[in-house]
Amino acid sequence: MFAQQLVNAISLGGVYALFALGFTLVFGVLNVVNLAHGAIFMLGAYAALQSVLLLKLPLLAALLFAMLVTAIAGWFLDRLIFAPLRVRQAPHLAPMIATIGLAIALNSTIQGLFGAENLRFPAETLPADALSFAAIRITQLEIQIILLAFALMAVLLWGLKQTRVGWALRGLAESPKAAALLGVNVEGFFRATAVLASLLGGVAGVLIALYSNSVFPSMGQPMLHKGIAVVILGGMGDVRGALLGGFFLGFAEVFSVAYIGSTMRDAVAFGLLFAILLLRPQGLFGQAAQRRA
Amino acid sequence: MKLKPIICGALVAVGYLTSSATAQIKIGVAEALTGNAAQYGLPIRKGFELAIGEINGAGGVNGKKIELIIEDEQGKKEEAINVFRKLIFQDKVLMLFGPTLSNSAQASDPVAQGAKVVVFGTSNTADGITSIGNYVFRNSVTEADILPVTLKVAAKSTGLKRVAVIYGNDDIFTKSGYDNFTKALQALNIPVTTTETFAKGDVDFKPQLTKIKASNADAIVLSALVAEGGPIMVQARQLGVMLPFIGGNGMNSPRVFELAKDNSDNLWVGSPWSVENPAGENKRFIGAFQKAHNAAPDQFAAQAYDAMYIVAQALKKVKLTGKLEADRSTLRDALPATQWSGATGPFKFRQVVDKEGKPAGYDAVQTAIVMSTKGNQYVIQK
Repeated sequence: MFAQQLVNAISLGGVYALFALGFTLVFGVLNVVNLAHGAIFMLGAYAALQSVLLLKLPLLAALLFAMLVTAIAGWFLDRLIFAPLRVRQAPHLAPMIATIGLAIALNSTIQGLFGAENLRFPAETLPADALSFAAIRITQLEIQIILLAFALMAVLLWGLKQTRVGWALRGLAESPKAAALLGVNVEGFFRATAVLASLLGGVAGVLIALYSNSVFPSMGQPMLHKGIAVVILGGMGDVRGALLGGFFLGFAEVFSVAYIGSTMRDAVAFGLLFAILLLRPQGLFGQAAQRRA
Repeated sequence: MKLKPIICGALVAVGYLTSSATAQIKIGVAEALTGNAAQYGLPIRKGFELAIGEINGAGGVNGKKIELIIEDEQGKKEEAINVFRKLIFQDKVLMLFGPTLSNSAQASDPVAQGAKVVVFGTSNTADGITSIGNYVFRNSVTEADILPVTLKVAAKSTGLKRVAVIYGNDDIFTKSGYDNFTKALQALNIPVTTTETFAKGDVDFKPQLTKIKASNADAIVLSALVAEGGPIMVQARQLGVMLPFIGGNGMNSPRVFELAKDNSDNLWVGSPWSVENPAGENKRFIGAFQKAHNAAPDQFAAQAYDAMYIVAQALKKVKLTGKLEADRSTLRDALPATQWSGATGPFKFRQVVDKEGKPAGYDAVQTAIVMSTKGNQYVIQK
């Protein structure tokens, strides 16, 4: 049972981490708590599902389509909400409240278009094969989900560390003014960050929809709560922290079910989180003078 | 400018004329038409509309047409209370159908009881709903009556010795289903290997199912709504858990075959209604529903359809005076003795008692049909 629970924890943690990455990027670079990230996550799931149902796309193409849709949503998110508020130098809370409105609008639109009912990917579109070794059973789909989550995270980490774009982003997170003085196209990078973050959220949405076999308009809400917890745990705006926090939450949830009891699933996970924050209020990777992204 | 009052006056006159020309009986319907519970609320609405179409088409009740005022309670307690108040005090309906979930009924039915208006649930199967008071009726057979029968038939057919249990612990309906399963398991002396829980909106059930797999049970008792129950079945099969599932009312919906397509075999449920039941009234209902909606009905549509006929039957026996309060209690007094044989078979009411042992509302008396799933459909089991 332990080995199987380990697999469960890794796949769940991977999705949490992927979701939290986008969330933390927007906070780190744009300095905005994006409460529409859960709705974008849901949008990704619906985009993939509808492209499979209506356009008969294969799964991989559906994933790419969902990335495209959420990337466009991210562009509009910045163009219509973050950018105007940035220009007017609105206080912190303004963009946050605006994203709540956006989340409600997106949820209601999707519910109006596709109904409130739970939907799922058609069974015949999913790879059904499962591998068994020893006591572990893992479907081909789960392996793909885990690999994809890890690959995306690796690319992102590498990109931030090793590429000029990554340096610019990190510089921007540190100080937009300094970055601008050094010739970084600040507005462009802000927009790109919103696009990238939304795209990561969208991928997480598709993956959890595939993993759990359910898609519904309010699916982003519990995810958003968990995402916020993960990001605070990792240290607001810290990419490594979001990764680690995501896996921490996945493991905490799965193993509290396995060894304590499923009634205590959230209590244990969030209790641990609380305890860690008592010891390290700035989160795992947060520092007094924060170095972000 | 002078035209305005004339037009207004004309409109009022027209409105007055139409309403007096066809004397109508107003009945309120409060169901979850959006939100997660809409998968029950929407078929319920279709069931009502089908019945009302037939009843009004045949001339109504004692020459009066029945008008439905339909409101969305979103599957939420607060909304159910709001909608109940609107229907009772603003629309001045004769009686109410709804709400969809037992969870909401627990909160909103006291409003109807307080206002002395009949509230008739067609889908509330949790314990304690009708003990709210003597204006509360339902034709949905309670889980307390159905689950022991389901369990007994499933145990006999599959030869199960011990079971694992998984249920939603934050919903009155799934929690009450769990309580009733526990009672029935004790009565049948079937030991439980492990009891797991989940919450509404959860999507990942693999940790719980992995634990169940390791517990060496012969079957899984599942008290869930189909929104979570469907994914639970799929994830169980993905983990290689091929055990039979024994479900409550929430799992008795053709939606199982969509949400758990190709993984839906070996689910046992009990219900007062089955699409496979060959009785004449049921055949006629299924045919009419299919024609009207171009889709197969489910249990919730069938119970709503029958409920409308039960009320129509009661209304036939009484003389309405047009005085709202008197008419409301006249209907209440006529309902308990009403019997009907519809899509769900022969039906009558049974009075229940409240917590202090005083007579309260009315539950359904009906025989349960036990079914198991195979090849994406229900098969009746004896």
